[in-house]
Amino acid sequence: MTSTSEDDVLVRVENLVKYFPVRTPGFVRRTVGQVQAVDGISLTIPRGKTLGLVGETGSGKSTLARCVAGLIPATSGRVTFDGEDITNLSRRRMAPFRRQIQMIFQDPYGSLNPRRRVGAIIGDPFVVHKTATRGERKRKVQELMERVGLNPEHYNRFPTEFSGGQRQRIGVARALALRPKLIICDEPVSALDVSIQAQVLNLLADLQQDYGLSYLFIAHDLEVVRHVSDTVSVMYLGRIAEAGPKEPVYDTHRHPYTAALLSAAPAADPEAAAARQRIILVGDVPSPIDPPSGCRFHPRCPKAQELCAQTEPQLEVKAGDAPTHVTACHFPVEAGENLATAASRR
Amino acid sequence: MSITELQFQAAAVQEAPAQAVEGRSQWQLTWRRLRSDKVAIAAVIVIVIMLALAIAAPAIASLVHHPANTAYPIAGQDAAGNPVGPHTNGFWLGTDDVGRDLLVRILYGARISLFVGILTTLIATVAGVTVGLMAGYFGGVIDSVLGRLTDAVLAFPYVLLALALAIVIGPSLTVIIGVIAFFSWAGIARIVRGQTLSLKEKEYIEAARSIGAGPFRIMFIDILPNLLAPVLVLATLYIPNAVVFEATLSFLGLGIQPPTASWGNILSSAQPFYQVAWWYVVFPALALLVTTLAFNLLGDGIRDAMDPTTERLLAGQKRNRRRSRRPRGVAIAGPSEEFPDPARQPPPAVI
Repeated sequence: MTSTSEDDVLVRVENLVKYFPVRTPGFVRRTVGQVQAVDGISLTIPRGKTLGLVGETGSGKSTLARCVAGLIPATSGRVTFDGEDITNLSRRRMAPFRRQIQMIFQDPYGSLNPRRRVGAIIGDPFVVHKTATRGERKRKVQELMERVGLNPEHYNRFPTEFSGGQRQRIGVARALALRPKLIICDEPVSALDVSIQAQVLNLLADLQQDYGLSYLFIAHDLEVVRHVSDTVSVMYLGRIAEAGPKEPVYDTHRHPYTAALLSAAPAADPEAAAARQRIILVGDVPSPIDPPSGCRFHPRCPKAQELCAQTEPQLEVKAGDAPTHVTACHFPVEAGENLATAASRR
Repeated sequence: MSITELQFQAAAVQEAPAQAVEGRSQWQLTWRRLRSDKVAIAAVIVIVIMLALAIAAPAIASLVHHPANTAYPIAGQDAAGNPVGPHTNGFWLGTDDVGRDLLVRILYGARISLFVGILTTLIATVAGVTVGLMAGYFGGVIDSVLGRLTDAVLAFPYVLLALALAIVIGPSLTVIIGVIAFFSWAGIARIVRGQTLSLKEKEYIEAARSIGAGPFRIMFIDILPNLLAPVLVLATLYIPNAVVFEATLSFLGLGIQPPTASWGNILSSAQPFYQVAWWYVVFPALALLVTTLAFNLLGDGIRDAMDPTTERLLAGQKRNRRRSRRPRGVAIAGPSEEFPDPARQPPPAVI
């Protein structure tokens, strides 16, 4: 899909599928359906770079992240890390990779155990992986706290005594403890105030530079993703709609969904906001239990035609695009095309 | 007052709360609330006195020069051979049917009761928490098996089984402790399982898994501290149940065997004498009642102290709340339906 050489790729996800069975309640639990949370996703995370993953709530971003992190088993497909297959490894065999793949979670309140002291929370990775003795641990934890901008003297405090931004820093310190190569950030700033978001994002950027980290950065805030990412993938209902380096995806996007998503994002510049024509999508995101036929976006797409309901479009380079920019659409958006009027016609 | 002084004071005020906030845990907050609950503190005092008396029983026995199992046919019985009342011949609480010092025997009974109550609760709590955590965390087949086991234990007519066991194996302290512990863990396991089910969905559990923590580390390091509050309340409420259960078995003649004193067997042997020697019935029953009541009130107090929301909502209505919360409280509370209080029971028809 991308032309980067194997050495530049840290993580390669191939045709990853994750279905959650829907079962009837009660004693005999028959499976009556599948939630197709992630349905055949391929992507690569470049070494030392950031892959941004955007999409609406329910598009399968978090499920994908959990599959890559090995927290939930994939239904099918492959995840390779540094060239090694890490799909559905047992906990024991996953252990060496755990040290290299860490996560930062969305909810700074829910992701820290309220009954444990901050020092213990950040020091947990050292205990689990036995990489530091009891004596070293406190010093290392305090170094980490200092590195992420926390006061090391707060070692013995409880999470409740910190603000949201500070808590997220605790989460960052915990993820950093084992010096991982990849940090999966599952909406790390969406629960924070805008001013705090910037601080955390800058911290993440500094850490990336200092430690050569790679990020899989999940967010629904397009501007945040534009700010942090090198490459971007747009997800819709468990599939990738459009992927590529951030400039073409943002500026010369080809998928109508990307266009709609971008038009919905609020603009800081009032002139730009006035000039912007919002593409109003009809309806809600369809249920992933029973996704639409053909292109999953077709029931809401302003450009949909008969073909879209019948044939599933493949991710491919559209005419005139860079070879790294791929779109899954039968009727890609042309430059200068006005989708807003098409949407209102429907 | 000079400006520098004011500044100094302001700085002191600013620094003071930071000091106070430092590392105040849930337990410290709970303790603060508990301290202001007069009923709970009274219960704590009663329990401490009871424990002290139980520990000091031999000392008190030597103080009044009446060993627990020594009968005093002359001083301890009147002309008709009946027990003598309180404050007679140096017997503070009177004597029993063979002329033994009732006070000393009640204190020795307290040793047995509290020992059995606390030890069985400890065993039951450890077992219940372990089973509940495993069932809740692992789910699936393990949950089904452990859940059915728990149901089976809860559904058992335990007094009957305890009687049968005592008859087959022969009554002894070990059998009593074993039986009571065996029938107490299931309730704790159920509560812990339910709590675990909700706690394991928290994001910090996923965070623990993402750093590579194993299931047992997650259960005991990450989940258990969040469970300690309900478990502590439950355990406090289980102690009086165990005390009453022990008394029941001893009352029926299948627990602690005479001449070793136990509240249950004192009450049992007091039955024929209640018309001539009220103290023989009243004092051991009172000891039982006060002890179980104190533990129950303490349990309620801890529960209230651990639940800050109700305090704010219902400030000043503490008594009402205590009463109204009782029925929907944790599994077993007080010597009511589950374990009938033998002191208030009519004598059994059999035996």
